[in-house]
Amino acid sequence: MNRTVFLSTLSIAALAAVAASAATLDDVKSRGELVCGVNPGLTGFAAPDAQGNWSGFDISLCRAVAAAVLGDGNKVRFVPTTAETRFTALASGEVDILARNSTWTFSRDTDLGLDFAGVNYYDGQGFMVKQDLGVTSAKELDGATICIQTGTTTEMNLADYFASNNMSYTPVAIQSNAEGEQQYLAGACDAYTTDVSGLAATRAAFASPNDHIILPEIISKEPLGPATRQGDSQWTDIVRWTLNALVAAEEYGVTSANIEELAASSENPEVRRLLGTEGGLGEMIGLDAEWAKRAISTTGNYGEIFSATVGESTPIGLARGLNAQWTQGGLLYAPPFR
Amino acid sequence: MSDTHAQTVRFVRDSMLPQAAPPAGQAGAVRWLRENLFSGWLNTILTVLGLIAVFFLLRGLVPWFAHSVWNANTLTECREIIAQIWGPDARGACFAVVRDRWQQWLFGFYPAHLYWRPVLALVLLFVALAPVLVPGMSRRLMAVSAIYPFLGFWLLWGGSMWLPVVALLGFVIGWVVWRALRGVSPLLAIIAAVIVPVLWWLLAAAPVDRALSSAIPLGIDAVRSDRFGGFVLSLTIGVAAISLSLPLGIALALGRRSDMFLIKTMSVCFIEFIRGVPLITLLFTASLLLNYFLPPGTSFDIILRVIIMVTLFAAAYIAEVIRGGLAALPRGQYEAADALGLNYFQAQRLIVLPQALKISIPGIVSTFIGLFKDTTLVIFVGLLDPLKGITDAVRASMEWKGIYWEPYIFVGTIFFIFCFGMSRYSMYLERRLKRDNR
Repeated sequence: MNRTVFLSTLSIAALAAVAASAATLDDVKSRGELVCGVNPGLTGFAAPDAQGNWSGFDISLCRAVAAAVLGDGNKVRFVPTTAETRFTALASGEVDILARNSTWTFSRDTDLGLDFAGVNYYDGQGFMVKQDLGVTSAKELDGATICIQTGTTTEMNLADYFASNNMSYTPVAIQSNAEGEQQYLAGACDAYTTDVSGLAATRAAFASPNDHIILPEIISKEPLGPATRQGDSQWTDIVRWTLNALVAAEEYGVTSANIEELAASSENPEVRRLLGTEGGLGEMIGLDAEWAKRAISTTGNYGEIFSATVGESTPIGLARGLNAQWTQGGLLYAPPFR
Repeated sequence: MSDTHAQTVRFVRDSMLPQAAPPAGQAGAVRWLRENLFSGWLNTILTVLGLIAVFFLLRGLVPWFAHSVWNANTLTECREIIAQIWGPDARGACFAVVRDRWQQWLFGFYPAHLYWRPVLALVLLFVALAPVLVPGMSRRLMAVSAIYPFLGFWLLWGGSMWLPVVALLGFVIGWVVWRALRGVSPLLAIIAAVIVPVLWWLLAAAPVDRALSSAIPLGIDAVRSDRFGGFVLSLTIGVAAISLSLPLGIALALGRRSDMFLIKTMSVCFIEFIRGVPLITLLFTASLLLNYFLPPGTSFDIILRVIIMVTLFAAAYIAEVIRGGLAALPRGQYEAADALGLNYFQAQRLIVLPQALKISIPGIVSTFIGLFKDTTLVIFVGLLDPLKGITDAVRASMEWKGIYWEPYIFVGTIFFIFCFGMSRYSMYLERRLKRDNR
């Protein structure tokens, strides 16, 4: 994934100025609209349709936050941000929340002055090769030419992986996903590397997907999550717990279809607290009691979002994998609503 | 023996031979080929190499274009149609994506039922430009040109009609003040004509706008800046920046040649600073840094910020182009103006600038063409330009993921039409204004 820290200095310098006017929640409420920084176009995660309506996995999170805070999942303005400007846009206050498949790393969380509110997608870097290359493992890629997006840490992950396995490779620099696909298909490189979710979407769009395989090795950890500005804990809490509410809803079987019924009749105290029937959790983060209920009924729970945008029923066809609930062998584990 | 020399004494020719056709090798296409393509061994080799290159290019391109598919809903469907008609190995263009999403490249996310507004704005733009660009047009059309900036703004962004009207009133007030005070003192009239409208915009405009809007609510649907995209965005930024940068550029060029120290220094600093900084830096400044300097809570439209930055950028280049034109003018012209007793402004307006601008036309138009193409850089500040912004958005939909060249060809063609049009117009203008050396 793009992890360029271009303009990072600017962000740091910027932070002090913004920290002073911290109350994002008040700004959003008075504006009546959430401003969400998103990818200008990443299949399954964020894309506008022919009418300009945005949809996708990251978009749903923005809508859920808007529903929780403003009561309407459509009161969101989506600002397309490039890999280079995304963190600066957040730091300068141009956007309230950045849901742009950004990897949670140490330096971004600390040095760049961002707060990651959680992880909404566990991704990892992989390789795609042509079937007739006869390669079945990334360990056999010694001496290969590899298409790689420049200025990203995908590039660094690749260098690390080949160095640690004592192999050599020739990088072919590309600028964007579309260019990568083009170069790879034209035979400019033996393998194309990026995040596995991206590889799956790319492969699904090929004329003959079965001629290409995604190698089993995952060479990096890419926990993608929504980011907020450091120094506004209340706002970060709202985003974090909206995400947690979506995850918890799936765990407790709350869906957009049965939410009204459960809110009225559920005996499970955790569900009752989640949906605001008891406990008054909403007030603790400056919202009303039904914040999570609105979020879930707007977008569906985490599982519903996943299967509607990137899941196995969509052309992208991603398996839940690491993104399954902890009870299903995945990493999704929402802390208790108490 | 032929009849040709029937009347001729033997050995002495006294009648002209009729002209014979030149030998086959010295006429028509063969001669042209020999002279232009095969005039020596080096040229022959280059010609053959060139032909081979053209052949390989065409071998790839012609079938690709010939296999174009215009009627399909997804890229997969395109591929199936191509495979069905021209065999499984055939490759072809899938221009169905253009057919499916052309509105998005032209209008961005502008609401579909309001497409007539940008179209009308474009048509009126040509009406407004006509008296400026074409000789012999009715001068009355100048009225359209004068109100066009306000009309165009209102058509594109919509909202209350009173905002542009109130803004326009500022200029009217300025003119009235100038007319009223001109008899008293010309200098006072000019100063008052600047200060009074500024006061109007700063203090009176907002309340008047509110009062009028609530008294007579006249307006059309407002369209927010984030709905702008594609060529509507490019043309809005391009046209606004072009029309604003020319006067600013002229002023800067004159300022740089001025004898007044302060004006000269400021002009030089401005021009050199702007020319020394890449456009992307200015755009980043507009979109990200300005937020730190503005008071919290002010939100200043991003398109407006970009227009200002692009205008400043183009003005610096225009200033240098025009300074070239000013420098090319013979010294005698300046002296002649002085000898006629013209003051500075009269001399510039009547003698110097008309000639200098004429010399500068190719450079000015080049700058404009460059500026128009540079509007695609706005993708870096989160605006959806036609070339990369909209194209990437279209590619991100599962239907069209994997498409590559077709959007570029479509967008490139439209850019070519605009830029080629500007270039031809500048050549026409040069010919029309060619007064010397006839």
